[in-house]
Amino acid sequence: MSAKIELLSQNLRKHFGDRIAGLQTALGEITVDIDAAAYPEAMLTLRDEPELGFEQLIDLCGVDYSAYGDGRWQGRRFAVVVHLLSIAHNWRLRVRCFAPDDDFPAVPSVVSVWNSANWFEREAFDLYGIVFPGHADLRRILTDYGFIGHPFRKDFPVSGHVEMRYDPEQKRVVYQPVTIEPREITPRIVREENYGGVKNA
Amino acid sequence: MPDIQNYTLNFGPQHPAAHGVLRMVLELDGEVVVRADPHIGFLHRATEKLVETRTWIQSLPYMDRLDYMSMMASEHAYCLALERMLGIEVPVRAQYIRVMFDEITRILNHLMFIGSHGLDVGAMTMMLYGCREREDLMDCYEAVSGTRWHAAYYRPGGVYRDLPDSMPQYKESKWKNGARLKQLNEARSGTFLDFLQDFVNRFPKIVDDYETLLTDNRIWKQRLVDVGVVPPDRALQLGFTGAMLRGSGFAWDLRKKQPYAVYDRLDFDIPVGTAGDCYDRYLVRINEMRQSNRLLQQCIDWLRANPGPVVSDNAKVARPSRVDMKTNMEALIHHFKLCSEGFHVPEGQVYSAVEHPKGEFGVYVVSDGANKPYRLKIRSSGYVHLSAMDELVRGHMIADVVTMMGTIDIVFGEIDR
Repeated sequence: MSAKIELLSQNLRKHFGDRIAGLQTALGEITVDIDAAAYPEAMLTLRDEPELGFEQLIDLCGVDYSAYGDGRWQGRRFAVVVHLLSIAHNWRLRVRCFAPDDDFPAVPSVVSVWNSANWFEREAFDLYGIVFPGHADLRRILTDYGFIGHPFRKDFPVSGHVEMRYDPEQKRVVYQPVTIEPREITPRIVREENYGGVKNA
Repeated sequence: MPDIQNYTLNFGPQHPAAHGVLRMVLELDGEVVVRADPHIGFLHRATEKLVETRTWIQSLPYMDRLDYMSMMASEHAYCLALERMLGIEVPVRAQYIRVMFDEITRILNHLMFIGSHGLDVGAMTMMLYGCREREDLMDCYEAVSGTRWHAAYYRPGGVYRDLPDSMPQYKESKWKNGARLKQLNEARSGTFLDFLQDFVNRFPKIVDDYETLLTDNRIWKQRLVDVGVVPPDRALQLGFTGAMLRGSGFAWDLRKKQPYAVYDRLDFDIPVGTAGDCYDRYLVRINEMRQSNRLLQQCIDWLRANPGPVVSDNAKVARPSRVDMKTNMEALIHHFKLCSEGFHVPEGQVYSAVEHPKGEFGVYVVSDGANKPYRLKIRSSGYVHLSAMDELVRGHMIADVVTMMGTIDIVFGEIDR
C-alpha cells in the first residue's frame, strides 16, 4: 500500500506543484490542503487527470476547529473536508479547504464536479453554516423546519436553545427556552506532552 | 380542452412503504413522477454531536443505532479507525470473529432487504420467510452480546468476549413441548459454532427457495426489470457504493480491493450486475448472501481449530479481565481509568471504511489528543443513495417510487444519524 501512496503523492506534486498549501502523509492516508481560491479548479484536475483519476466523491463534511486542543488552534475556524476515491487506481485522498472568512464561511461548491456532493454540502451548510456559492439548492436538510442556528458549531450547546412542548391552554405545540441544565459527567481532558513521564497512548 | 396542471403529492413521513420516516414531495404529471424532493431529518439525533461529549468507548454503542439493520458492521468501521490511530494490534481470532459477525450481519441485512422490498412490491410472504431466518442469526447476536440488536460487541482491540460454549435452549411451554421442543433444541445442544454450522448447512437451500419465489416470478420481474436503471458513469457521479455500484457493473468491493480484518485470507467472489436496474441489484444481493455463507463456513472452520485471545493485551486501551481486576492491583487501576476518564487517542485524523451491507460505511475521526472525539463524521451509504432519489424516479410511474426505495435499501437510522 505504501508504494501506492508514494506514487499518488508524486502525481499530486507533478500536477499541482505549489498550488497545494500542504501535503501530509499520516497513518497511510494523504491529506492535501487547498486554498479556497484554487479549490474548484483543483477539484476538476483531481477528477479529470488520468494519473489522479478520482471518479468518486465519497464524503464531504464541515469541521469547526475553534475548540481544537482546548484553544491551541491558531488557524481559520471552518474547514470543508472532502474524501475522494479512485476506483481505477484504488486509492483515496483527503482534501481540506479552509474557509477564508470566519464570520461568513464560504467555500465554492463542487456539485458540478461530483453530483454526490449535493446533499453533503447541504448538510455542512445546515450544521455548520458554511455557504457553498454555486450550489443551486442550498436548503437545510437534517434539522427541523424553521430551525435557527447551526447546531454542530462548537459554541452551540448540546441541549440546544429551545425545547418544544404541548401547551394545553393554547391547545398547540409551543417553543420555549430550554429548561435542561447543562452537565458534563466525564470532563474532556487533553493531556500535556509527556504526562507522568510517558508518551500519551 | 381543460387546463391540466401538475399535481403535487406528499408521500410520508408516516407511510408503511417509507421505510421509517421519509417525507417526499412528489410532483406528478398524471401518474408519472416529474420531480421528487425527499425531506429527511425526522430521525436526526445528532449522533456526531453527542459523540463529541462522550468518551471514545462510550461512543461505540451509538454506532449500533445508526443502521439498525446491520449493527455490527458499523461498529467495525469505528473500531478500525481507533485501532489505526492508537496503533494497536488485534488478535487474529478476534479478526475472524469480526469477519464472521460482519457476514452474519450482511445476511441479516439482506434478508430484511428482500423481505421489505418484496412487501413493498406486493410479495408479502417474503417478509415472513426473511424474519424466520433472521431469528436464528439474531440468536447468534444474543449469544455473544446479550442483546439481539444493539450489540456493542466489537471493542477497540478486539471483541468483548469469546464465543460461548453453549446456546440457550427453549423451555417447555404450552406451545412448545414434546417432539417439537426436542426438534427446536437439537441445533442448540452444542456450542455456538455448532449452532451456526447448522444454519450454514441449511441456508443455501433456503436461498434457493427464495429464488424460486422471486427470481423468475412474472410479477416480480415486471416490477423490477428495467426500473431505475443507473448507467455506470452516473453511478460514479452519484457516489454509489456497495450493491448499488456493483449492480451497474463495477466489481468494486472493499473487502477485496482494500481488505481489512482477515478478508484477504478468505475465498469469496464479488457478484456483479450488468443492466444496473433494480432486478440486477436484487440478484447481486441474493448472490452476496450465498457468498456470505461461504465466508461463514471458512470462519467456522478456522475458529474451531484456532483458540486464542480475542482482545488485545494492551491494558491502556482494552479492559482487563474480570478475574484480573479482582486480584491484581494494576488491572484494577487500569479498569478504573478506562471506565472513568477513558483512553486518549493521539492527535490526528483518519478515515476508515468498511464494506457495509448497504455500501461503503466510513468513519472520519479527528482527534486532538483528548479522551473524547473532536469530530466524528459518519459517512453512510444510504444518505448518498437517497440523494439520487430524484434522478432515479424521474419519469417513472408513482408505483415505482416504492420499488426504488426498496432497491436503495434505506434505513433512516443511518441516513438521519
